[in-house]
This record gives sequence, structure tokens and C-alpha cells, in this order.
Amino acid sequence: MTVAQAPALTSGDAGATPRRHPLSGPAQVRPARRGVGKFLGLTPFALYVILFLAIPTILAVTTGFFTEDGAFTFDNVMGIFAPTVLATFGNSFLVSAVTAVVGAVVGALVCYALLGTKAEGALRATIDSISSVLAQFGGVMLAFAFIATIGTQGLVTRILAEVFGVDLFASGPWLYQVPGLLVVYLYFQVPLMVITFMPALEGLKITWAEANATLGGTPFTYWTRIAIPVLAPSFIGSLLLLFANAFSSYATAAALVSQGSPIVPLQIRGALISETVLGRENMAGALALGMIVVMVVVMWGYSVLQSRTSRWQK
Amino acid sequence: MSAARRLGAEPSRITRGLILGVVGAVFAIPIIAMIQFTFRNGLGGDNTLDHWTGLVGEDAARTYRGLLQAVGNSVVLAIVTVGIVLVLLLPTMILVHLQFPKLRRVLEFICIVPITVPAIVLVVGLAPVYGIVVRVFGSGAWTLAFAYGITVLPYAYRAIQSNLDAVPVVTLSEAARSLGAGWPTVLRLVLLPNLRRGVLAASFISVAVVLGEFTIASLLNRNNLQTALLQVSQSDPYAAVIFALLALTVVFGLLLLIGRLGAPRNRRTE
Repeated sequence: MTVAQAPALTSGDAGATPRRHPLSGPAQVRPARRGVGKFLGLTPFALYVILFLAIPTILAVTTGFFTEDGAFTFDNVMGIFAPTVLATFGNSFLVSAVTAVVGAVVGALVCYALLGTKAEGALRATIDSISSVLAQFGGVMLAFAFIATIGTQGLVTRILAEVFGVDLFASGPWLYQVPGLLVVYLYFQVPLMVITFMPALEGLKITWAEANATLGGTPFTYWTRIAIPVLAPSFIGSLLLLFANAFSSYATAAALVSQGSPIVPLQIRGALISETVLGRENMAGALALGMIVVMVVVMWGYSVLQSRTSRWQK
Repeated sequence: MSAARRLGAEPSRITRGLILGVVGAVFAIPIIAMIQFTFRNGLGGDNTLDHWTGLVGEDAARTYRGLLQAVGNSVVLAIVTVGIVLVLLLPTMILVHLQFPKLRRVLEFICIVPITVPAIVLVVGLAPVYGIVVRVFGSGAWTLAFAYGITVLPYAYRAIQSNLDAVPVVTLSEAARSLGAGWPTVLRLVLLPNLRRGVLAASFISVAVVLGEFTIASLLNRNNLQTALLQVSQSDPYAAVIFALLALTVVFGLLLLIGRLGAPRNRRTE
């Protein structure tokens, strides 16, 4: 769950150069003494990133255009538009959209509840840490947790059956299918929303509430006319981040879903590990390309909205 | 009653308690269910301590050899990944900060790319790359750290960058240079002590991310904590859940520590 703490990456003013006295001259940019030499210092990291980030990414998105023998083809990429694969993308969109919207609303409520608590207090420190753990560390563990809770022999399943006579699995083993992902993904979506949305909510200034009261506004007008419009870009941005997070999540689904490949990441797994069908590895490339197109669009929207938000946080 | 609360900008005590109470309770249930699960005696209704005592029993080392080895692998991976962050990322960030201010945006962009290129996509391209890595470095478990160094890039970058922004690095190093210090001295005596918090936070978050990584290890057929947990869960689900809870506790502790590291710095800048 790599996206957890992303907003701070874009909202900080990392690009601002230190303010200098105009007469202090170019002390920082020393003469070309080490002109080319100093660039050498950048090469180890550059090489590393090229080898383990750039090349794998390029390979991932281009293998889809080739056959097993290396001949150019559109077959794999066109394979994305096969009804079964399209249905998988549909499931992925559904799971991501539903968990993003519900997660964003619940997470925003939690952030609201935390307004006014001390940022360094024990309550916030604990909630921050718990949120980070759940948002980033979920994976396989989450599948265990929910099987122990609402699995066929889960704690809640048993209590519901013994005390209330309710059969959670009356409509089939839904926990191990797409509906199950909806429930389980919320367990990392809400904490992620808390981490990403809290800074925006804290950016609200008390002076705005005061101005609202001075002008005869009520708390209701403060929220509807001031706070919510100011927070809207950040809220939608966080929602997009949650969407991207669920869309690219793999571990929980891999540990939970026992049969078939109802979402795209699982379909990629299927294509990668199947040795029986030749050329499937290149199908994984085509699916990866499809995923990355979605991710780029979503993350682009996120960064646009995030830069709008940072205007208010200056 | 604070001004903010009176003006309606903050929730009342009751509202806060209600929201946090309900969400907290719902989120506590799966954890409680996991803990309860570790005391279950099979499918019967009674409870037992056997699953916990079994972990320290005589046969434990043999029974859980695979799992312990996987824990070892994950620890090694965490150490090597932190090494990559400290040796490759940290010096580059300092260098860019001091010498190439124009490249800061580029570096930032590179470091957040792994968010847009999720592990499940990256692994498709990593498979052929690892074909070569194995030929050069052998197939040791630690080699996976090359991929993990990329996975932790956004987190480590953020932790170090927020520290770099909070400390007048340029002024400090110019002052040290003008007093005759060479670059190694500047780095050792001036910059690193000032960046300690960011570096520690970056290291801890990297450890947490590596301990939780499943996707890449699983699809490259490697063995780490998470892949072993999934494997063990099929034969001994109780041990798997116990180990998952322990890992969860360790990571929670690490992240709480990061919070502590950050707190004094926040107080100073406010």
C-alpha cells in the first residue's frame, strides 16, 4: 500500500530555493570547478532507479505488444477487450469505487472527530500509528483477520448464528468473492483516508470560523459555505488516492479469494504463473498496461487536486 | 469550551466520542476475533493455550523452521533495504539539495513514481530483470531488497525530505565549509546529526514496509514473512495468526516510534 503518505510529497514546498541576499552572489553554485565531476555523485542512484524502476516499468508495459517469439502484435492488448477480461476490470472498478467512496466518507468523519485534539497527544499518536499499520501493513494479515471474524467459523458468524439465528452465509461464500473484498478493503481504506485527509482538515483556519460568526453565520453556514468548499478538492483528491490504492492492491485478495481471478491484479497473477498456456506471460504485460493507464489517469487527477488544495495551506 | 468548538468548527465532546467509539469498536472486532482465534481448540467450543505454548515448546524450532527462516529472510531484506536507502537515496537527496536545486522536482517525481506503478505491475517487468540479477548476485534471499528499495522510495523520500526542509542545510554546510571543513566532515559532523530524525524515520518506515511486503516476493517465488504466513496458514492457521499478530505489534511499535521522533521537530517549527 504504497500510497499511504503521498499527499505530503506534493504539498510540501520542496522545490522552493532558499532565500538569499541578492548581493551574496553565487556562493552556492560554485564555479565549474567540479563541473562534470559533481554529476558523478548522482550516477549510483540514477543507475539503480534505471535498473529497478525504469526498465521493469518499461518491460511491464511493452511485453503486452509482443508474442512469445518477440514478434510485434496487438493480440494481447486486444485481449483486454475480451468480455471476461473486461468483466474483471469492471469488478476492479466496482470494488475500488465503492470502497473509496465509503472509506472516504467514514475516514473524513473520523478526521472531523479528531479536530481539536492535540496533534502530539497520546490519542492522535495512537490513532496515527494504528492507521499507518492498517493502511500499509494489511495484506495477508487482513485476510486472516476477516476469516477469523466473518469466515464460516468466524467469531461474529458464530455469535450471529447462535444468538440471533442469522446465517451470514445464506447467500453463498461471499467473503471469498468480490463482495468479501468490499468489506475487507474498507479495513485499510478508512485508515488511509485518515492519514491523507487529516492535514487538509487541520489546514482550516479558526479565523474563517470567526469571520463567519462575525458576519452572522451559523456553524451550519460555516461548514456549507466555507469549510466544505475549501476541503472539496482535497476530499476528492484523497478519494482518488483511495481508488488507486484499492485498484492496485493485491495481497489481501490473493490470500482471501480461493477460486478464479475476479479482479485485475489476480488476473495478472493467473497470467504470470500459468505455465500451461503459452504466451500468457505477455497477456500479463497487456493487463499491466491496462492497469497503469488507469493508475496514471487517477494519480494525475490526484496531483492536480492536491496542488489546488495546497493553495489554502500556505 | 474552546472558541473553535463554540463557533462550530470543532465537534462537541459527545460527537467526537460517538464517532471514534463506533468506528473504533468496528475496527477492533477483527483484531479481537484474531486473538480469540489463537485460543480456540479446533472446531469445538472450548479454549486452549496450546497454540501459544506450542511456539516455545521443544519441537517449536523444528515445526516452524520454514516460518522462522522466512522471518530471518525478511529481517535480512529489511536491513539491506535500509542500507540501500542510506547509501543510495540519502546521499543523492543531500547532493541534490545542496548542489542541484533545479533537480529537486525531478528527484521528487522519480521517488513518487512507485505509487503510480504498483507492485503488481512492477513485478511483471521485474521477472526478466531478476533473471539477470540471479546470474550476477546469485539467488540469495537478500537480492529481493533491490526491488524493495524501489517500493520504499516514496516513504523514505518523504521522511528525509521533511527533515531536509526543516533544517537550513545549505547555510549549515556553507558555514562549515567556510570554516575549512571538507565534505566528509560536513556530512559526518554537521549534516547527519541534523538529519538524524528524518533518517531514522525513513529507516523505520522502510522496515515496516519490507516486513509487510507480499506481492513481489510471492510472484517471484521468493520466501519472506508474508508468503510464509500464507503457506503456514494452510496447515497450521493458529500459528499463522499468532505470527501475524506478533508482526502487527512490532510494526505498530515501529510506527509509534516514528511518531515520537517527529513530535519534537513539529513543536520546534510551530
